[in-house]
Amino acid sequence: MRNNNPLHQVSTPRRRFVQGLAAGGVLAAFPSVLHAASSLLAGTSTGTAPELSGEVIDLVIDESPVNFTGVVRMATTINGSIPAPTLRLREGDDVTIRVTNKLSVPSSIHWHGIILPYQMDGVPGISFKGIMPGETFVYKFKLQQSGTYWYHSHSGFQEMTGMYGALIIEPREKDIISADNEHVIQLSDWTDDDPMDLFRKLKVQSDVFNFNQPTVPEFFDDISNSSVSNALQRREMWNKMRMNPTDLADLSASAMTFLMNGCAPLTNWRGMFKAGEKVRLRFINGSSNTFFDVRIPELKLTVVQADGQNVEPVTVDEFRFGPGETYDVLVEPKNDAYTIFAQSMDRSGYAKGTLSMAPNINAPVPALDPVEWLTMTDMMGNMAQGGEHSAMAGMADMSGMNSNKMDHSAMGHGAMAMDHSKHNMGKNPLAVPSQKVRHAKTEYGASIDARIDTPRTNLDDPGVGLRNNGRRVLTLADLRSLDGIVDHQAPEAEIELHLTGNMERYSWSFDGLEFGKSTPVHMKHNQRVRVILQNDTMMTHPMHLHGMWSDLENDQGDVLVRRHTIMVQPAQRISFLTTPHDLGRWAWHCHLLFHMDAGMFREVVVS
Amino acid sequence: MRNLTLSTVLTSALLISAPLLSLNVFAQTEMGDMSGDMAGDKMQPQGGDAPKNARDPHAYANGTTLTQGPYALADGERLTLADEYKFYAILGDRLEYNEQADAAVFDLQAWYGTTFNRLVIKTEGDVSYGKLEENQTDILWGHAISAYWDTQVGIRYDYYKEGKNRQWLAFGIQGLAPYWFELDMTAYVGESGNTAFTAQAEYELLLTQRLIIQPRAEITFYGKDDEQNELGSGLSSTAIGVRVRYEFTRQFAPYVGVEWTNKFGSTADYAKLNEQSSNDTEFVAGLRFWF
Repeated sequence: MRNNNPLHQVSTPRRRFVQGLAAGGVLAAFPSVLHAASSLLAGTSTGTAPELSGEVIDLVIDESPVNFTGVVRMATTINGSIPAPTLRLREGDDVTIRVTNKLSVPSSIHWHGIILPYQMDGVPGISFKGIMPGETFVYKFKLQQSGTYWYHSHSGFQEMTGMYGALIIEPREKDIISADNEHVIQLSDWTDDDPMDLFRKLKVQSDVFNFNQPTVPEFFDDISNSSVSNALQRREMWNKMRMNPTDLADLSASAMTFLMNGCAPLTNWRGMFKAGEKVRLRFINGSSNTFFDVRIPELKLTVVQADGQNVEPVTVDEFRFGPGETYDVLVEPKNDAYTIFAQSMDRSGYAKGTLSMAPNINAPVPALDPVEWLTMTDMMGNMAQGGEHSAMAGMADMSGMNSNKMDHSAMGHGAMAMDHSKHNMGKNPLAVPSQKVRHAKTEYGASIDARIDTPRTNLDDPGVGLRNNGRRVLTLADLRSLDGIVDHQAPEAEIELHLTGNMERYSWSFDGLEFGKSTPVHMKHNQRVRVILQNDTMMTHPMHLHGMWSDLENDQGDVLVRRHTIMVQPAQRISFLTTPHDLGRWAWHCHLLFHMDAGMFREVVVS
Repeated sequence: MRNLTLSTVLTSALLISAPLLSLNVFAQTEMGDMSGDMAGDKMQPQGGDAPKNARDPHAYANGTTLTQGPYALADGERLTLADEYKFYAILGDRLEYNEQADAAVFDLQAWYGTTFNRLVIKTEGDVSYGKLEENQTDILWGHAISAYWDTQVGIRYDYYKEGKNRQWLAFGIQGLAPYWFELDMTAYVGESGNTAFTAQAEYELLLTQRLIIQPRAEITFYGKDDEQNELGSGLSSTAIGVRVRYEFTRQFAPYVGVEWTNKFGSTADYAKLNEQSSNDTEFVAGLRFWF
């Protein structure tokens, strides 16, 4: 059934490691390197993760050497593997997970997307004190859900240096998703550098890893392809606002190596299938900072689950997901071999693997798509509709097929929403999410480089780089929960928060307040509440609310799909409903690890 | 890093006169002109003042804080993220050596602190025949006042091998102007009522992702004559340069360039008295780096 191919487990010969140790100044970045000496001989096992199941699980956090790029580095690992062991548990079980920290610094494990008591959520400084060096923390909770989830460290940048694994909860009853075979496919990103040093470099020069910046020759190309005035107009707003139209990822392939199940592209992770099989692929984005655009050329993907929750099957060619999100897809392979291709959103690199019937057959690897500029829709939302403004008209011309279609649909939506809200006047004022933009007074300071006054609310935009690419790309508007959302109660309160940042200073926040300056968001126990998230930045943020579900709705107030992590695109205003059933303090943050650490993080108090 | 058209480079000269704008202009209304030509009067995506009825970002807290209220951890323990950490950088903008003259120029900046408040040290000077000829060092407190601008307040110390050392109080502003011009302007108040003003502007044109042209301009004014250091009042000197660097990494970039320097007014007269030319064209080679 599940493939454990030992050929793809990279072992690290001791001699090589010693060379790495002699050359590797980076080791000094890991304070506990001496402590880790005892485990150096072991090496880290990579490739398809080992599986653990049952009601009692033991996990050990330690450091172990790993070699993804030709140099040996120390990773923080769980049970010595990257990815960490796949936990295959059963809905309804009371599980006990004993986690021992053998690092010299505190650690933690967070069960991403799992409904549990807040003390078991694993966020140091919020749910507990963390797991001190040498200590064993016992997690105990009842599994109230099923599906594909994952777990990872919530301490510092440990997640980025290897602490992530799949968490599969089998349904108590028969799974309504039937497949002959399945593979867990965890995507992640690896850096040979000390993550905090990468973060510091972004503080010094925020575009330090962007090697797809606009150049002078491109400008002359634009002139020869169009006209001087169009070429100028295309750049006018970006340059005036000091924004970069290719600011699509903070850390590109120049700093990161993209992994599929712990395998670099050349190592080529392989999943096997037999002729005629229907295969379930459980995709998990366990990366620290990377959005992946995933497709399997020549194979249709039928999305059946999003964030562990069953959805009405929808068949697509491609989907984008951010750190924290999961999608389960069914595929029915007919060829001998396929390439699973996951390019990073900034088109600087990709993770890849192979799905094949035999161990030595490969399929062609597609080229990276060209880098697409962010559009006026990303910069200004619905304001970009204004055809009478010459600069925007120029923009539309230049971007060609880019965004015209989408802009119109966005406009349609906006207009409909207005009508709808008029209809509902006099009924429950919270029947539909409020459209009126309310900026916080802290959004006018140095922590903010932009505010959106005319956000877009449409959910049918696949996002920059995927618009009109000739493939059917999944959007949030395609997703409908099959089960799960039992609460169809209207919200009794509305919370509006804006996602904010200053790229030049590399500062990220909610409402212009970085975490250290913020106060918690209080939610009343068991009260249905609407949360509006408006993205005032020009980057996409996967927003993860711990401890409760985020039931995504459209701008008409129709609940669509139950998520634990929702991607909010630039200049987009989305809303979801949630009912906090579990008391306590919960984390709420952008799951791009660097945005989270820079301050795009709020605490939620449920009481 | 910065993409712009060649034509806008020509406007860099105009931006040298930016000191005429008040601090308030930078702090508050830098995008004010956008509203007219882009998006109607309401639209103001950057800067500006919060309206009176702007949303209170703490309105949802219901009296809780990160350390107080239900379910807070014991002993005031809470999460601390990188927004509360301090960082540092050392930036070598110019490190040039001229073999013929056996002379070197350095221009370094360093900072240490948080996102919004930093200790900033700037030092630049000339070394000739292995000896420091002149050095100017600013020690400043940098404070973010708007998205792209920091005020800088502190002291400056001038060293002259031949001449008299000077001390000044410094009041400056440094940041990024629309169209990606890096500006650094500082006014100084010194001993015996002398005053000074310096402004620098830099700009970058990417020929490729690694081959970058950087025009640069610098201008200096003094309020009074300083005979001992041979500096005259009014417009004293300008330097305009163009450097082409290749970024082997973003942090390590050798360059070659040319720089035109001019002395004006009494400063030029002092130079002539010493039988020196009041203007100079120099080819330079150097290194730009940061870490």
